Amino acid sequence: MATKDTGGQRQTTRRAEETEETEAQSAEEVRERHEKLSDDVDAILDEIDEVLEENAEEFVRSYVQKGGE
Amino acid sequence: MSVLRVMGTETEYGIAVPGQPGANAMVTSSQIVNAYQAATAARARRARWDFEEENPLRDARGFDLAREAADSSQLTDEDLGLANVILTNGARLYVDHAHPEYSAPECTNPLSVVIWDKAGERIMAEAAGRAATVPGSSGIQLYKNNTDNKGASYGCHENYLMRRATPFADIVRYLTPFFVSRQVVCGAGRVGIGADGRGSGFQISQRADFFEVEVGLETTLKRPIINTRDEPHADPEKYRRLHVIIGDANMSEVATYLKVGTTALVLAMIEDKFINVDLSLEAAVADLRAVSHDPSCKYLVTLRDGRKMTAVQLQTEYLEHARKYVEDKYGTDVDDLTTDVLDRWESMLNRLADDPMQLSRELDWVAKLEILEGYRTRDGLGWDHPRLQLVDLQYSDVRPERGLYNRLAARGRMVRLTDEDAVTWAIDNPPEDTRAYFRGRCLRQYADSVAAASWDSVIFDIPGRESLQRVPTLEPLRGTRAHVGELLDRCRTAGELVAALTGQD
Repeated sequence: MATKDTGGQRQTTRRAEETEETEAQSAEEVRERHEKLSDDVDAILDEIDEVLEENAEEFVRSYVQKGGE
Repeated sequence: MSVLRVMGTETEYGIAVPGQPGANAMVTSSQIVNAYQAATAARARRARWDFEEENPLRDARGFDLAREAADSSQLTDEDLGLANVILTNGARLYVDHAHPEYSAPECTNPLSVVIWDKAGERIMAEAAGRAATVPGSSGIQLYKNNTDNKGASYGCHENYLMRRATPFADIVRYLTPFFVSRQVVCGAGRVGIGADGRGSGFQISQRADFFEVEVGLETTLKRPIINTRDEPHADPEKYRRLHVIIGDANMSEVATYLKVGTTALVLAMIEDKFINVDLSLEAAVADLRAVSHDPSCKYLVTLRDGRKMTAVQLQTEYLEHARKYVEDKYGTDVDDLTTDVLDRWESMLNRLADDPMQLSRELDWVAKLEILEGYRTRDGLGWDHPRLQLVDLQYSDVRPERGLYNRLAARGRMVRLTDEDAVTWAIDNPPEDTRAYFRGRCLRQYADSVAAASWDSVIFDIPGRESLQRVPTLEPLRGTRAHVGELLDRCRTAGELVAALTGQD
């Protein structure tokens, strides 16, 4: 029993270390992801600018639907 | 059951003629349906929809023969309500409530639902393109969304075949909290608060602000979270069709997939009486809106037992029940799609709890919000700026070159679950594992002899037979390729088919 318990504890500790490492990595990843995302989003906005309907105000005002289900 | 179930979607599309705000939507919707019909089955007789109860069989004979020759632009108001096509993929394309509607064929799993739902978008895009080539017509534009932001809403409904024996009260009890919370996964995103969109801001769902009661029969006013319409389109002794009206129309394949996959799982738990923990909410309608109005996903709903939790946590409760249910019932013998739905659902909820913006490649509301926030940052726009409202609208434009979702997908920026070849195939071909297979193939190979059809019948007009021949299809899982594929391969004419089916060959 004692041996088993020790083994269990050791394993728990190792898991905790791994978790910390993972968390450190993911914080780094989140920052990189957000930086990369904003570059990406800028490129997407440029593309969307090209295809958006002209005169947004008039366009959305005249989009009137009859109700459905 | 698991995520496997007979189910499907039906979507009313928004319709507009830019520059002609007064265009009659009944007329333009009919032009859409007729243009598609004309393009795909120019020589085929137009099979009508079979409203069997209201219409004696004989009425169906020779119904709209005179209309075949009519150009779509010549239609008068009198027959506008009739624009209606049954497609070779088993779907129904018609005019409903001044919108063109695509009712997808019956499918048996969430991935097929996505494929035939996406085929509907392609069909609408093709129809609008065809309508524009009719001389004298103006360009008609179609949107897979749910509101005009001026008080009108139109639906994207889901249908699930259920056992008749399941008490409806159980469905209401266990499904309502699920529907209030699932929008964090399958909301389509909306600029504007309140039914008329006058409030300033972004919300998760297109539909939330249009729901007023918890349970009811209505679909167009006083909309209920649980709709009680009960037309099974199948043997009513055995089945009920759960008609779900609360969902948003999704462009995202992941959203549609999880929407129907997770709902199917919850229904399975209700049918098998597995779920018995009451997660009922104190104020479901108010919470539905409050969850939608909080894109940070932090709002706490209040359960009747006093607990407070986020919509993501409430979904996680359902996920945990579903994991146990599937483990108990199937063990390692579970099908791949059920495993996949559970895994994706879990991954989605974990990331929503962490930071919803991580889902911008998977979920509609997050993808839309990311673009909108981009515009707000780059150009300093407030939430009531018309360009943001336009982005919201144009996200759902079905045209590949102008629709913003479609542009994102073309850049590889949205996760897709289907490949486009499968979608293209589904435009013309039915699912092979439901009665839609029989319906679709009959329309394909005997179009001239099909007088009418519906979900639960195909009616033939056979030369030399006095009366119309009605083939009922009341069992959704019969009429499959395995069941009738060889028969349909063998029968060159509808006459041969009917003779074979009635044992007269």
